Amino acid sequence: MTEAARHSLEKIPVTVLTGYLGAGKTTLLNRILSEEHGRKYAVIVNEFGEIGIDNELVVGADEEVFEMNNGCICCTVRGDLIRIVEGLMKRKGRFDAIIVETTGLADPAPVAQTFFVDQDVKDVARLDAVVTVADAKWLAARLRDAPEAKNQIAFADVIVLNKTDLVTPEQLREVEGRIRAINPYAKLHRAERCNVAITEVLERRAFDLDRILEIEPSFLEVDDHDHDHHGHDHHHSHGLKHYHDEHMQSISARLDGDVDPNKFMPWINDLTQSQGPNILRCKGIVAFKDDDKRFVFQGVHMMLDGEPQRAWKADEKRESKVVFIGRDLDEAAIRKGFLACAA
Amino acid sequence: MADASPSLTQHVRPIDAEAHVMAAAFLAGIPTLALVDGGVLIGEPGAARRIEAHPGAGILVAAADGATLLTGGDDGRVVALSASATPVEIAHEKGRWIDAVALRGDSFAWAAGKQARARDGAGNIKSFAAPTTVRGLSFLPKGYRLALAHYNGVSMWFPNAAAEPTLLAWKGSHLDASASPDGRFLVTSMQENSLHGWRLADARNMRMTGYPGKTRGLSWSHDGHWLATSGADACIIWPFRDKDGPMGKPPRECGVRSSKVTAVACHPRALVVAIGYADGLILLCRLADAAEILVRREAGGAVSALAWDATGARLLFGLESGGAGLLTLPG
Repeated sequence: MTEAARHSLEKIPVTVLTGYLGAGKTTLLNRILSEEHGRKYAVIVNEFGEIGIDNELVVGADEEVFEMNNGCICCTVRGDLIRIVEGLMKRKGRFDAIIVETTGLADPAPVAQTFFVDQDVKDVARLDAVVTVADAKWLAARLRDAPEAKNQIAFADVIVLNKTDLVTPEQLREVEGRIRAINPYAKLHRAERCNVAITEVLERRAFDLDRILEIEPSFLEVDDHDHDHHGHDHHHSHGLKHYHDEHMQSISARLDGDVDPNKFMPWINDLTQSQGPNILRCKGIVAFKDDDKRFVFQGVHMMLDGEPQRAWKADEKRESKVVFIGRDLDEAAIRKGFLACAA
Repeated sequence: MADASPSLTQHVRPIDAEAHVMAAAFLAGIPTLALVDGGVLIGEPGAARRIEAHPGAGILVAAADGATLLTGGDDGRVVALSASATPVEIAHEKGRWIDAVALRGDSFAWAAGKQARARDGAGNIKSFAAPTTVRGLSFLPKGYRLALAHYNGVSMWFPNAAAEPTLLAWKGSHLDASASPDGRFLVTSMQENSLHGWRLADARNMRMTGYPGKTRGLSWSHDGHWLATSGADACIIWPFRDKDGPMGKPPRECGVRSSKVTAVACHPRALVVAIGYADGLILLCRLADAAEILVRREAGGAVSALAWDATGARLLFGLESGGAGLLTLPG
């Protein structure tokens, strides 16, 4: 484990809970708060009263999205969240983790970016995962008419596909295909009344650079059938309908052998600066020439976070992989740009 | 560096506050510490008693003068405390957190979300809804007037006037607000690791940048000529004597160390500033020549509160870790 990872273990994990109106966020939240799991959660909600549980650690928020005055156009943060996390942290010890519930129409990006941008928040809390609750019956329609719903799917690390009892197996395959067309990397869980195991939702460490591969064994391997698929507990691998979403895509690229850091770093920086508003999430593992450590990065819009991670193992193939999920991305240009970084 | 400096450490009496200290004050000369666990510790070291100002809740914000400590909690309550009396509930904003408080004499102000309220000495309460959450509140030294810091600027509010507050606009998220003692300038700390100031006579803007972190400590020198600030690995002191304030002038630096300044308090009579750091060290620094005197060695985490008594003979400090102490300057 790296020093940074060890340090991040002491930080309070923050789960962002999103989902379109009526998908079942409150049901999931109530389950988390009422189940016996020996953990205490502070919950930041956008509307009081919806939660039936009396909990002194439920805090109302106003979803105030602020632009950072730093010249970065997509750099928005949740001002109220900075203030609330600051307040909660004064009395740490009362809770083990924080859950942030967003409104049904919210873009998850400002919430996620708050944990990249604000140093005081970053010092005490770490983003754990973006969890999106989706309605199996209505999601396909929302993906057509509600850009917010599409954003929430694209942004997710974990998707709880709820109300599966209200659709036929054929409809379920259809909606899962739609989800995978946008985001093939998220963990997808089928649920009725949000009956997903709490451990599949909370404390996923999805943003932990050290855990990017361990937590998502299929990460970067979708449609890549020369890799074995052992241990998968999600449903995308076989019998999946293939769709292409017109506006939201995921792009993955692979490069055998080493990458020149002097080409890669300017490329990834330029790409996220120029395409940042359209890139929702990105992740990657890179083999730098003459470096025995894997370089791992992830990003949200224009914000990038990367560090050298553990050493490449002796029996491990040195290869570099990147993934982008975003809107109207130029796939050919991104692939070409990445392949041109070869050492 | 610290070891070579003259030291006052033997003149410090420790206080065990047992909880993160939010604010320090002297109420009628009695050392008082506001704690994040809702308690207030009042009295001399070894003889302090604990008062539950916010039972079962936490103190989020506090302000004090020499007579009254005003606290705002995550229980939505605003509580005033003087040295002799029991805590008095000034307001209860049910279900909200109190985000900012301010006081001047017998006038109090507080904010919960966008809602700011002011209560005058007669108990009349006036309200104003700011465009976004009010993060900072400051009474102006003259007149019954308040500065409300929020997103994209500061609203200048006369609670007793029918007119809408005037907006001092500046893009970005403004945190704390502080008016200079002579009322000529208003300064805010900002989310973007900078300060912003206005000359109130003509609303002229002043930007003060270069901080590696957020500034959450602002303290004016007794003559109003200097503003000492936290947020860097030194106490950054901006000159405000001239009519243009710090424009075109570099700030002074005091107490340069490899640890972030987390609290500052200017002496009430001399051009000396008390500086607390993230590593628990506390220095006194003379503005004229940056000469340093050690008050407390590094230990126990960040200094979170510093306050001088009215004459500047005693300095009270508190730490995030619950440590605290009282320095009495020798003879």
